[in-house]
Amino acid sequence: MDQTLTTQSNQNERIGSLQLVNIKQISRRGALSVTEARIRNMWKFFWVIAFEALANPMLYLVSVGIGIGALVDQNLGSEGVGGVPYLTFIAPALLATTAIGGAMDEVVFPSLDGFKWQKTYFAMNSTPLSPRQIATGVFLAAIVRTIFAVTCYWFLLYLFGALDSPTAWLAIPVAILAGAGFGALMLGFVSYVDNEDLFLTVINRLVIMPMFLFSGTFYPLSTMPLFLQPIGWISPLWHATELGRFLTYDYELATPLVYIHVAVMFALLVGGLAWAFKNFERRLAK
Amino acid sequence: MSAQVSEISQAPNGTPLITAKGLIKRYGDFEAVAGIDFEVRKGESFGFLGPNGAGKSSTMRIIAATSQRSGGEITILGKDPDLHGPEIRAHLGVVPQTDNLDTQITVEENLYIYGRYFGLSRPFIRKKIEELLEFAQLEEKRNTKVEALSGGMKRRLTIARSLVSEPEILMLDEPTTGLDPQARHILWDRLFRLKELGVTLLITTHYMDEAEQLCDRLIVMDKGKIMAEASPQELIRIYSTKEVLEVRFGSERNQALAEQLTTLCERIEVLPDRILMYGEDGEGILEKVYKKGLHPMTSLVRRSSLEDVFLRLTGRSLVD
Repeated sequence: MDQTLTTQSNQNERIGSLQLVNIKQISRRGALSVTEARIRNMWKFFWVIAFEALANPMLYLVSVGIGIGALVDQNLGSEGVGGVPYLTFIAPALLATTAIGGAMDEVVFPSLDGFKWQKTYFAMNSTPLSPRQIATGVFLAAIVRTIFAVTCYWFLLYLFGALDSPTAWLAIPVAILAGAGFGALMLGFVSYVDNEDLFLTVINRLVIMPMFLFSGTFYPLSTMPLFLQPIGWISPLWHATELGRFLTYDYELATPLVYIHVAVMFALLVGGLAWAFKNFERRLAK
Repeated sequence: MSAQVSEISQAPNGTPLITAKGLIKRYGDFEAVAGIDFEVRKGESFGFLGPNGAGKSSTMRIIAATSQRSGGEITILGKDPDLHGPEIRAHLGVVPQTDNLDTQITVEENLYIYGRYFGLSRPFIRKKIEELLEFAQLEEKRNTKVEALSGGMKRRLTIARSLVSEPEILMLDEPTTGLDPQARHILWDRLFRLKELGVTLLITTHYMDEAEQLCDRLIVMDKGKIMAEASPQELIRIYSTKEVLEVRFGSERNQALAEQLTTLCERIEVLPDRILMYGEDGEGILEKVYKKGLHPMTSLVRRSSLEDVFLRLTGRSLVD
């Protein structure tokens, strides 16, 4: 650093925002500064995040995958469900669950904080950042966490021998897409509701739990009576699980369905973000 | 840099930076700001004085280019906030009524991320942080999580944060509410220093002494309207007298005695707990009170303040 420059700044020489702030650059890259701030914040909770990414799904992996899996495989032989061991059958579902959980946590809690608890979004909005950039920045940070969680869990599944197809790595982007779709939807939802207690209880009990149980996670969706199957059809978890199975073992899936599954997750992503943008603009303009 | 920007940065003090005409803000049927006109000039310290609910914060949010007006006209740095929000906000420093710091990260990180929101370079922010920590007297707390700071420290950090981009206009909404007297004086000192550097200050307050200390010019607001506009000294001169005598006769007798006292001074205000007698010579008025054979329980002669101006203008005291 140039000596004169340092001395100048020590004397508190004022440059002024008119010279300092480059509005064009902010309009292009502003969202990334929000992502940077969110990642700094996440870093403080690294162990919590790592624990949630690994320990929680690990519990399912051991208890259901290996415990119940032993029963299933005993009854159905090594052909298990759909011609593969039970662990292989549920692995893609668990991977997508991890993605969805990570994305959801990282959009919901910062947003409750941002709009209500500490009102940090209002602090961001009093800078040149637009509501849309704030929403985008938070969403991107959630994707970073999703990528981290999914990658860790994928290796864990690999170590447990749940993945043996050469295309098994493709389950990673599929799970991330599921996390992105669901995360975008939740970002729209959390920025829409004003009552966070309602949000947390309703979402957890009436959306997350049923979605986890009825998305063909632990058994093929076709086992369910027809009237329960729509829960799976609208669930990003089911779409990601179907694609994941298709990619990690010889699960048969008609080509149009492959496109439909991807399209549904993209639609959630785009629709959820558009809804979130609208809500962020409305709430921050108060 | 555009021509407009350099025009503003080189404009002499006194150039209008904010101009509002007939400004209105409605929330449903409620009119929080009911058609006000004002002008804030470069380099001045401009105050909005009024009780809670007067419309000060609503006005501030419109100026901060975050809340849209319901009617009237306003330009900030020559721009319409409805059309150029980010461009305007780029040159504002905003200190909200309630601190909205990120309490999970450190003091230093709060300053850092805020600088990033303005797109400032990392080396610039790192240098700036040193200056701001010194300004806010938080050097020793730099690595402390914000949730562990005292109220006064958080307030100073919020103000320091608003300065990271070296804003042209610094907006402070009730900057010292909830602070102890010592913390308030430290803050006032800091704000004086900024003014010396040429920063235009916009302050809302319901504290009279704060307005008298900090503002070159102020508007007194009540129920969304402007009641008066002048410098604190002028307001006192126009709407009050040099001195005030405060006497207490006990809450039952104050009202009964008021009539006898009216003739002894220029003006009288009867409050539930005391009577305010306005005149040029407070001690002289007190003597006349004694001569009438009245003996107040307590008496106090003081200089007239903005509190008296407000009472005169609205018939109500300012702090509820």
